[in-house]
Amino acid sequence: MTLHPNAEKIQAQFPDAFVSSKEWRGDLAVTVKKEAIIPVCRWLHDDPGMDFDYIVHVASVDYPEDEARFEMVYEFYSIRRRQRIRIKARVTEEDCAIDSITGIWKGANFMEREVFDMMGIRFNNHPDHRRILMPDEYDEGWPLRKDFPLAGKGWRDTFEFITEGSHKKTK
Amino acid sequence: MTTDAKQKPVEPAAEHPGVGIPVPNRALPLLRTEKLMLNMGPQHPSTHGVLKVVLDLEGERIIKATPVLGFLHRGVEKLAEDGTYHQFIPHTDRLDYVCAMYNNFAYVRAVEKLLDMKVPDRAEYLRTIVAEVQRIIGHLFWLGTQALDIGAMTVFFYTFLEREVLLDFFDSLCGARLTTSWYRIGGVENDLSPRLIEDLYKFLANFSEKLDEYNALLETNRIWLARTKNVAVISAEDAINFGLSGPTLRGSGVDYDLRKYEPYGAYDKVQWEVPVGKNGDTYDRYWIRILELKESAKIVKQCLDQLPAGPYMVEDPRVTLPQKDKVFTNLEHMIRQFKLFTQGFNTPAGEIYCGTEAHKGELGFYIVSDGSGKPYRLKIRAPSFIHMGAFDHMARGYMIADVVTIFGTYDIVMGECDR
Repeated sequence: MTLHPNAEKIQAQFPDAFVSSKEWRGDLAVTVKKEAIIPVCRWLHDDPGMDFDYIVHVASVDYPEDEARFEMVYEFYSIRRRQRIRIKARVTEEDCAIDSITGIWKGANFMEREVFDMMGIRFNNHPDHRRILMPDEYDEGWPLRKDFPLAGKGWRDTFEFITEGSHKKTK
Repeated sequence: MTTDAKQKPVEPAAEHPGVGIPVPNRALPLLRTEKLMLNMGPQHPSTHGVLKVVLDLEGERIIKATPVLGFLHRGVEKLAEDGTYHQFIPHTDRLDYVCAMYNNFAYVRAVEKLLDMKVPDRAEYLRTIVAEVQRIIGHLFWLGTQALDIGAMTVFFYTFLEREVLLDFFDSLCGARLTTSWYRIGGVENDLSPRLIEDLYKFLANFSEKLDEYNALLETNRIWLARTKNVAVISAEDAINFGLSGPTLRGSGVDYDLRKYEPYGAYDKVQWEVPVGKNGDTYDRYWIRILELKESAKIVKQCLDQLPAGPYMVEDPRVTLPQKDKVFTNLEHMIRQFKLFTQGFNTPAGEIYCGTEAHKGELGFYIVSDGSGKPYRLKIRAPSFIHMGAFDHMARGYMIADVVTIFGTYDIVMGECDR
């Protein structure tokens, strides 16, 4: 099977970091090693032949059975060339961190914070590494991990609810 | 606005041009200066939901703005993993509740891409018509509330009159005004009746007149100009780098519209243009939205003229839902409906990203499927959330009063931002 031209270029530029590439339903996804995420992204952004200047989204997927449990997913778009590319990198649970790409795309700041908030993947050199959607004091873990129950872990049961009866009593 | 003033050390933020402008010489000697921290929200009316921004101020000038999000977080992405693909459609209504139809559209398109499904022509046209009507509603809502927030109350009443007409149209179409759930995987729920088509024609006939009326209220209004011109300026380069989309990006002069460059629906079969701004300020974004309203009206008109005959739903019993009247009268269809809602349908294993140009920006769904009846992972690329990422950059150096303008210029809805 021949590779997509963009995947071929990445393979030629980063032979050590390139892991695999897959094209499905017109979407190109290239998996690279997580150590190389900064040079690969920097090159995708700066190289005039690639020119992926627009960041679409940053996501993560949890595969609890896999050796490297988490998969980081970055989606980029080139406004001038009107092309899309998806870059993926695997992160293990033991070393649950990856370099932040905020230095290349400023928009990645909030997107990476969301990934950290939801799945607990840390970002090295992130300028503002905090939770974003969940409260700062939230300590039940990472809600979008597959081992997190849908109903939560019981934190909400400790809330004081104002029911109709208690309202009357205070009156 | 709460004035929870508290002294807080702030690092100097001199890189922005607005910061460091010398304070005018006062008659009284300056006794003491201190930085002020101000919590704006979460209950402020201009935030269109519950959003808090912590402002670090020097006088009235913003030197740092930190958005605090998550007040409306409902874990929609987690919920998606627990339901079938059909069951997630009503959840998408509640993302951007001002523009529910477009969210449905973006989601069903993503699922159809996952299934590699081709939708009948009539369905594509119907979808485009309703999506553009929704865009008109969204932009009218934006225009009314933005003007209201900045201080021009009259426009609000006028735009909401028109919006009401279109919401009644939605009401007759699907029985709901805001949380519509009219789009279905493989088509739409029901057809446009001749009466509704007539209603739409009637609405379009004097819509541009109405639009000129609103513009007359704003276009040359000195307060409106003063509060929108050169406010919240962002360069094209920065806008791209922050991942902004929709009118917020096009206002900076970037020609990026998915309807044009990755056409879907019937957008490639009708004549229309992408309005692009120049200065990247709030006024340009306002003007783009006005032009988009006109383009939307053009699109709806052409689609209605060209509306082809034929089915409005793919007939694939494994995936698409049966028609409601048949469910009530026919046993096979009832079983099919029951099966689809209890078990769903299996999708091929794989992953897709599908972006759609909603009226706020690029609303995308990234779906990972493991071959079962439920999404393995569903990520929503919400334009409001990504726009909030650029808030600090765009607010620095402006006055407190401009914060309201900047909220408005993104057209944020917190339901979508916090998900």
